[in-house]
Amino acid sequence: MRYSPLVGGPHAQCPVCRLVMKAPEERPDAPLGCPRCGASVHRRKPESLARTTAYLVAALICYVPANLYPIMRSTSLGRAQEDTIVSGVAYLYHSGMWPLGTIVLIASVVVPIAKIVSLGGLVASVRRRSRWRPRDRAATYRIVELVGRWSMVDVYVVTILVALVHLGTLANVEVMFGAVFFAAVVVLTILAAESFDPRLIWDVLEEEEGRDVRT
Amino acid sequence: MRIIGCRECDAVVVEPFVPDGGAAYCDRCGGLLFRRHSRTIEVCFALVVAAAILFAVANLYPFLAFQMQGQTTRTTLVSGTRALLDQGENAVAALVFLTTIASPACEIGLLLYVLAPVHFGVRLPGLALAFRFVEQFRPWSMMEVFLIGILVAGVKLADLAEIVPGIALYAFGLLIPILAAASNFLDAELVWRRIAGEP
Repeated sequence: MRYSPLVGGPHAQCPVCRLVMKAPEERPDAPLGCPRCGASVHRRKPESLARTTAYLVAALICYVPANLYPIMRSTSLGRAQEDTIVSGVAYLYHSGMWPLGTIVLIASVVVPIAKIVSLGGLVASVRRRSRWRPRDRAATYRIVELVGRWSMVDVYVVTILVALVHLGTLANVEVMFGAVFFAAVVVLTILAAESFDPRLIWDVLEEEEGRDVRT
Repeated sequence: MRIIGCRECDAVVVEPFVPDGGAAYCDRCGGLLFRRHSRTIEVCFALVVAAAILFAVANLYPFLAFQMQGQTTRTTLVSGTRALLDQGENAVAALVFLTTIASPACEIGLLLYVLAPVHFGVRLPGLALAFRFVEQFRPWSMMEVFLIGILVAGVKLADLAEIVPGIALYAFGLLIPILAAASNFLDAELVWRRIAGEP
């Protein structure tokens, strides 16, 4: 059990307003109510590793159809064309829009898989009680949390195209199966990042330092 | 002496003095402890009022118009969600609605509800609950990502037809930096203290 000398016993921190409070000595992991904002407080996010793993596995499964299946079909004067995430990026490069193409490539292809790999690595490192470079692992988590939302770009592009281009046989855009899986990947990886508790990275180091070492 | 905790590594420290506009970082993990803005309530209140007006404009007017062989379609924020619903993609429609309309609206509305009474020294019920929701909605509010989405969609359609930017697009362009500034200037700890009536 970890003790916080400044608080005088185990402590918990409100996840919403961040008030630091004493946790009961005998059952430090029991849920508390925050006296300042009323949110429910757990010392660590409950079942953090199991939840994160579950979301990651689900995201990984959806990542395959998200990239294989087309996300939209555009029809223009009788010619139909189906676009996947990657062909959409290729189109931007071909039209000379390489800065936008690069943003979409990073946001839609690189970020989701990088998130799955790095969160998976973080979960594994905590499970193995790793003491390897905790500051760098903390920074990795910070970046994962920050960039995840940008993967939504392609979902919005499809939404806008569908809303704008519905002129019947002249020009029409439809959403396809892949977009659903892609949106699922984005949501699942955001939920995975939210479920992971970065404080777990530090717990193993505190246990080794002993209970009276100040942090 | 006040004790604060690091959100990322749970280290507890005595709150350091930080001059206005400065930030404190955790010694152990390097995470941000807090940014100090002693005038946070006044500044954020002003920014959120501006954001509310721009958000209303962004919702009421079309952001892109698409012209092809004499036919024109316009799209507003809601029409995107509606088009997805029409095609039976209810889950994606719900996600787009949540991230581009519901969450930003709740974030802006609840911030106004919290900051106005605190600023004017009025006591209203449910301030703590409202501010808690603000913190919980924020990760799901993705207006800035949507703006990039508009740009990409505009580029993709430019070959096919004529694209006319609407008033809402300019409102978006102003709204995003204002929302970013508001969240940067928001010293949540100070707001919590005012809500709780702490010194």
